[in-house]
Amino acid sequence: MPRCRWLVATMLITVVVSALPQMVLAKDRFSLAISIYAGWMPWYYAKDQGILKKWAERQKISIDVVEMDYIPSVEAFVAGKVDAAVMTNMEALAMPAKAGLDTTVLIVGDYSNGNDALLVRGIPEVKGLKGTEVYLVELSVSHYLLARALEMHGVKESELKVVNTSDSDIAPAFIANKSQKAVVTWNPMVMHIEQTPGVSKIFDSSKIPGEILDLLVVNTKLLNDEARFAEALVGAWYEVMSLMSQRGPEADKAMTAMAQRANASLNEYKGQLRTTAMFWTPTAASDYARSAEIKEKMDFVRNFCFTHGLLGEDARSVDVVGISYPDGTIQGDGRNVKLRFDTRFVDKAKAGQPRQD
Amino acid sequence: MKSFFRTDAQPSLAATWVLSILFFVVLIAAYLLGSYYRHLENPQDKVMPTFSEMLDGLKRSAIEPDRNGDLRLWIDTLASAQRFGLAIAVIFLAIPLGVGMGLFPYVEALFYRFLVFFDKIPALSVLPILFIIFGLDELSKIALIVIGVFPTVALDAHLRAKSIPREQLHKAQTLGASEHEIAYRIVLPQIFPKMLDTIRLNLKAMMLLLIAGESLAATVGLGYRIFVVRRYVAMDIIIPYVLWMTGLLFLTDWFIQWVIRRRYVWVDK
Repeated sequence: MPRCRWLVATMLITVVVSALPQMVLAKDRFSLAISIYAGWMPWYYAKDQGILKKWAERQKISIDVVEMDYIPSVEAFVAGKVDAAVMTNMEALAMPAKAGLDTTVLIVGDYSNGNDALLVRGIPEVKGLKGTEVYLVELSVSHYLLARALEMHGVKESELKVVNTSDSDIAPAFIANKSQKAVVTWNPMVMHIEQTPGVSKIFDSSKIPGEILDLLVVNTKLLNDEARFAEALVGAWYEVMSLMSQRGPEADKAMTAMAQRANASLNEYKGQLRTTAMFWTPTAASDYARSAEIKEKMDFVRNFCFTHGLLGEDARSVDVVGISYPDGTIQGDGRNVKLRFDTRFVDKAKAGQPRQD
Repeated sequence: MKSFFRTDAQPSLAATWVLSILFFVVLIAAYLLGSYYRHLENPQDKVMPTFSEMLDGLKRSAIEPDRNGDLRLWIDTLASAQRFGLAIAVIFLAIPLGVGMGLFPYVEALFYRFLVFFDKIPALSVLPILFIIFGLDELSKIALIVIGVFPTVALDAHLRAKSIPREQLHKAQTLGASEHEIAYRIVLPQIFPKMLDTIRLNLKAMMLLLIAGESLAATVGLGYRIFVVRRYVAMDIIIPYVLWMTGLLFLTDWFIQWVIRRRYVWVDK
C-alpha cells in the first residue's frame, strides 16, 4: 500500500522537523514559570512590555515565560520542565530542595507583611481556636502562618482541626457559609473575605515579618553552566523595581497594567502592595539575604517543614536538607546542600543601579 | 503481518497472551527506564520513584501509622467508600423514577425535559455553587456525584421502560394487574439487570466526581490524600494510591457483572 507508507513518512518527517529547532537551540532557550501574586506581578509586566525580552537579547539568549497556577509551576520546576520559577521560601525548601534538585535563590523579592491572614467569625483571639475547624490549603504558607500563630499563643495544632480546602473555593465558601468559623488564606482572597460583615482578622503575616519570603529560584546546575540567564532575569527585575518604586505617573501606569493582569483595580493592587514588603533595590535584597535575620527565619520555616513531614516522611531530623548562605554558613547537613541563597548576581546589579532617594 | 488484519484469524493461545500483555510490558519498561535515568542524575528523585520506593510508600500508607497514628490507606478508603456508597444508594432511586417516567405519561411530562437539561450540566462546573449551598462537608461531595450521574441513569431507565412492548402491559392489565403491579412486577424486574449494567458503566464518572470533590475540600479520603501529598512531590504514595483505586474500581465492576450473571441468568449476553 504505497499511499499509506507515504502518509506515515510525511507525518514522521513533519514531527522530526518541528522538533529540530528545539534540539538545536536547547542551550540558548530558557524558561521561567510565573503565577499570580502581588509580589510577582512585576514579572508579568516584564513579560508584556518586552523588558525581559530586551534583557535576554542583550545576553543573546531567549527566555520563555510560562504562566501557570502556583503549585503546578513549582511542580514543573521540580520536574525540570522549567529552568526558573517564583515561589516562597517554604516551597523552595519543601519541594525542589527536598526532592534533591539543587536550587539557588537568585532574587529575594519581598516578604509577606500582612498578605497572609487568619480570619474568623466570633472568635476574639487565637486561643479561642481550640476545637474549631480551620479551613486552609494544607501544607501551604497558610498552614505555616497558622502554625506560627498557634506557637505564639500556646495552642497546639492537635487542639483544632485543619480542613484542606483548595484556594479557588476557599473564599466563596467561607463567605457563604456562616457556620465556618475560621479560615487562613492570602491576598486577594483575604481582602474579599474581610469585606464580609461579622468577619475579623486576628493574626496575619505582619506579626511574623521576614518569614514568608517570595523568591525567584533557578536550577543551580543551570546557573553554574550558564550565567547569562541569571543576568537577564536580575536585570529585568530591577528595571521594573526601579520603575515601580519611583512615585509618579510612570509608576502608576505600570502598576495599572499589573493590576489588570491580576484582575484587580489599581487601588486594590496598591493595597496589596502595602502588605507586601518589597525589596525595591538590589542593595536591599542582597543585605537581607546576607543578614543574620534570614537565617533565624529560615530556621522557623525548616522546623515547620520537618514537623509536618514536608522534608520527607522518614526524615530523621530537620537537618536532612542543607541550606547555604552567601557568607558560607550552612544550616543543616553540609553534605546535602540543596537550597542556596546566592547574591552574586544581585550584587553585580548593585553597581549599575540608579541612585534612589 | 498480513494475517494481523484478517477477520478469520485464529491466534494461538501463546500469541493471544503475548499480545495482551505487550502494552503493559512496554509501559512498565518505559517507566522503569525513565526512573532509572532520573535517579542517575538525582538519586533522591521523587518524580519517578523506583518500584521499591513505591512499595515502601505503600507500606507507609497501609501498614505503618502516620504522625496522627492513622493507617492512611484504610481510613481514606473507608471515607471514600462511605461517600461513594451513599451516592450510589441515592442513584439507585433513579431507576424507579425512570420506570415511572417510561410508563406514566403524566410523570414523563413532569420530569423528562428537566432531566434532559440537568443531564447536560457538566457536574464539575457547578461544584463551586454546591460548596456555597451545602458547605464543604460530605453533603456537597455526595451531591456532586448524584447530580452528575442521577439524570443519566434515570433517562436510561426511562428509555428501557418505554421499549418494553405495550402488548405485555395490555396482557398484564387483562389479567387484572394494577398500575403499581405493572411497574414493579412486569417492567422493573426485566430492566433491572440492564440498569445494573448502566450503573456499572457510570462507575468511572462517579469515581471521577468523588475524587474531584475530595481534592477540593476534605480532611480524609483517597482523592484528598493524593492532592495533599502532591505538596511533598510524593509520587511514591500517589502512584500506589492510583493503582489501588483502579483495582477497587475493577473489583466493583467485576462484582456487578458477577451479580448479573448469577442472579439474572436469563439475561442475554
